[in-house]
Amino acid sequence: MKKKNLLTRIIIIVVVTIFGLYLVIGPRRRPTLKDFTWSGIKQSLASNIKLGLDLQGGSHLVMRVKTEEFLRRLTEENSIAAQNAAKDAGYEIKGGRAEIGGGDYHVVVDVTDPSKANEIKDAVEKKVELGDTSVWAYSASGEQLRWTMTQAAQRMLADNATTQALNIIDSRINALGIVEPTLQTHGAQSAHQILLQMPGVQDPERVKEILKGESRLELVHVIGPPSPAPATTYPTEAAAIESLNSAGTIPPNRKVLPYTERMELSANSSDDQNQQRPKQWVVVETPAIIDGSELRNATAVPSQGGRADDYEINFSLKRTGADKFGAWTGSHINEYMGVVLNGEVKSIAYIKSQIFDSGQITGRFTQQSAEDLALTLRSGALPAPIEYLEERTVGPSLGQDSIRAGVRASLVGLALVVVFMLFYYRGSGVNAVIALILNMILMLAGLIAFGATLTLPGIAGIILTIGMAVDSNVLIFERIREELRSGKTVASAVDMGFQRAFITIIDTHVTTIVSSLFLFVFGTGPIRGFAVTLVIGLLVNLFSAVYVSRTIFIWLLSRKERVESLSI
Amino acid sequence: MFQILKDINVDWLGNRVWFIGISVLLMLAGLGSAIFRQATGGQAFNLGVDFKGGTVVTARFKQRPSDAAIRETLANKGVHDAVVQPVTDRPDTVLIKVPLEGEGEDGRAKVRDALNSFGPEAAPATELEADPNAAYKIVGTDAVGAIAGAQLRNKAIAVTLAALVGILIYIAARFEWTYGAAAVIAVFHDVLVTLGFFSVFQIEVSLNVIAALLTLVGFSVNDTIVVFDRIRENRKLHRRDSLYKITNDSINQTLSRTVITNGLVFLSVLALVLFGGDVLRAFSLALFIGVIFGTYSSIAIASPIMVWWEQRIEAANREAALSFNQPVRGGVRSSAKPTTREPITPARKRSTGAGRA
Repeated sequence: MKKKNLLTRIIIIVVVTIFGLYLVIGPRRRPTLKDFTWSGIKQSLASNIKLGLDLQGGSHLVMRVKTEEFLRRLTEENSIAAQNAAKDAGYEIKGGRAEIGGGDYHVVVDVTDPSKANEIKDAVEKKVELGDTSVWAYSASGEQLRWTMTQAAQRMLADNATTQALNIIDSRINALGIVEPTLQTHGAQSAHQILLQMPGVQDPERVKEILKGESRLELVHVIGPPSPAPATTYPTEAAAIESLNSAGTIPPNRKVLPYTERMELSANSSDDQNQQRPKQWVVVETPAIIDGSELRNATAVPSQGGRADDYEINFSLKRTGADKFGAWTGSHINEYMGVVLNGEVKSIAYIKSQIFDSGQITGRFTQQSAEDLALTLRSGALPAPIEYLEERTVGPSLGQDSIRAGVRASLVGLALVVVFMLFYYRGSGVNAVIALILNMILMLAGLIAFGATLTLPGIAGIILTIGMAVDSNVLIFERIREELRSGKTVASAVDMGFQRAFITIIDTHVTTIVSSLFLFVFGTGPIRGFAVTLVIGLLVNLFSAVYVSRTIFIWLLSRKERVESLSI
Repeated sequence: MFQILKDINVDWLGNRVWFIGISVLLMLAGLGSAIFRQATGGQAFNLGVDFKGGTVVTARFKQRPSDAAIRETLANKGVHDAVVQPVTDRPDTVLIKVPLEGEGEDGRAKVRDALNSFGPEAAPATELEADPNAAYKIVGTDAVGAIAGAQLRNKAIAVTLAALVGILIYIAARFEWTYGAAAVIAVFHDVLVTLGFFSVFQIEVSLNVIAALLTLVGFSVNDTIVVFDRIRENRKLHRRDSLYKITNDSINQTLSRTVITNGLVFLSVLALVLFGGDVLRAFSLALFIGVIFGTYSSIAIASPIMVWWEQRIEAANREAALSFNQPVRGGVRSSAKPTTREPITPARKRSTGAGRA
């Protein structure tokens, strides 16, 4: 019975070891004979273990937040809001516009009756944030009311936009699972640049696209007669504008946006996948019903009833957004609503019944593009577009020489440990060294299996793991020695030693794993990198230091009927 | 069998006043240094470019020197803790990140001063190749912000505290909550002493040092649990002994393990300090100090605090049992024999402990 038990243990250990070893040094494709030569193994090893920015280097990207675009949009929105506010208050105005140029941003409203200028100003400022004198300086001349953005406010708003962009990029990088990038502001403060360094990634172009995706989502009211009439579209922009009035101006509460209709899905449409309907134009109401800031979640899902490879994005709204949306859809049954992404109408749907907190974005997405878009929607819209200024690949931030020195020092330390264990524990020391080697192989295998990236903080985790692995063996061996000294037979001393030490080992390991899980779940950057290797290493250690070590002892003891002495 | 330590019988707890005194002194020294430096216009900690930002200088060379050579010339000119990063798609170019020193300091001038030891810089208007005498040219200087801003720093502290609470709860569940509290206090002690060392000697604190601090927390807790585990076992085996004696015995029984394990870790980390190179020095020093104090604190801090606390509770329980003449909660403890020898907090001093559970 004991023999059978031993056999099972050995089979488990051999299978796990071979599996782990293959994960570490085997290629991720059908192996050839060449992969098991020395150079082949080295090559697989290098491609299997992903190293972080500090150990291997990566890309160096400098980007600029187009804050002038942010200020332009803000000014335009305010100018539309100001005109609407004046009209809503019952004043007659000739028109209004945003005047932008030479680094200045003005909101201008032309009134018909200059004597009412002050009344109109008050009415506008009551509803629109133009009344904040730290941001907008007011001046009036004749029929013209003018609000000018102050220089100080321009700087402050632009800085805020940059900080916000930095935070959004940070959350997108995290969502992409890129390990320990460095993200910092770059250049003079007025440059609004961001420097991103990240370790080598599979598809850098995709990452760049995701980072600069604006993801401005709006749900808008599409102007036109209600269903059953089809949604009102126009073949050209001019035609759309003309429908508003013959003068060719767009009133402040309307916007003309491009719309590319999705191909109707039919059984035989698969042979012309890339064919799209010509671009059309629609008139929508502004401001939008709600925008992306009201999103609670967005996920990519396969299209309902579409082709298998078609994806769409389901989104849900926060409480406040849902209330607004529900109220609006409830009072606009049978009218048309559009989903606008980055200023382009993606889809138009008529409102069948009141909708509260969810919706779809459809429009011929592949799985990848739908998932990328969902990711950027979840992380929030960038306040302004981003442009890449500079792209380089850089070497490890720790320096090649430091890494070599570190590796050398670690090997010295490891050699010390091995020599001491063999010297002090003799035969059982071999046991400990086998457990230690197995621990390191399986730890690397674990890191590879979880797709973790190794950085210096990760190596700190490995150091702690090795320390605790050695400790496990020392605890067991010292305990066995104690039991032997108290006069027990070898078999029962080994038994008791393992039993007693196991309690301690479980306590130390579980404590550290519990605390590392906190670090892993809530931590970022180096803290997380440390926790990943530590958790994997300690789980592996319970196997290598306890199970494997125990098996070797069982095997030693099973070779003879009575074992009189133990080399320990 | 060869053995380092045999039949040790040291009264560790008897020296608790010394131990705790030394620890308090060390912590006060660190705290004093931090406060003094901050108050006199200096900096409590020498925070690296990770935490406070700096200047990144892009230099092109005709013959690019090795990273180590560049780092050395910078150090010679007083620019320590620079990050030297080669640009791999342009082999002649290197990025040099230097931390921000003070208001108005010119990172570019300092880097130029150091790089001049490789030969003169090309004149501002001329290309590097056009100037036959020039060895290098600074092609870009940009300020960079901190990688770990205040937000990340606060989050890191919060996460670490949450992890410590996790440790506290687990140890409390497996032992007693006093054991958990004592272990966490010992960890705080280790981190404070190490940080104090970094403040006194103004060693650069980088993000990697934070990882080293987390490592030392792990080592310290590990050590403490090994001792506590033995105490728990011995309390079951020797119910008649006082906690004081059991704790001393447990420390002595696990001493050979403590010496071997921590000795090995100590030697490995020492190798890292000696041969690991300048860039890793701060990281390895934090580990080195952490290993020493992590070992020390499980014997000298965690155990005395736990014993003191347990005895205090025991005394309170006994008093409560006497005054109400009925069993109290935590009755397992009250079944222990009253401490007659080596009391840490004599029962008679406790007059207001009656409400304690």
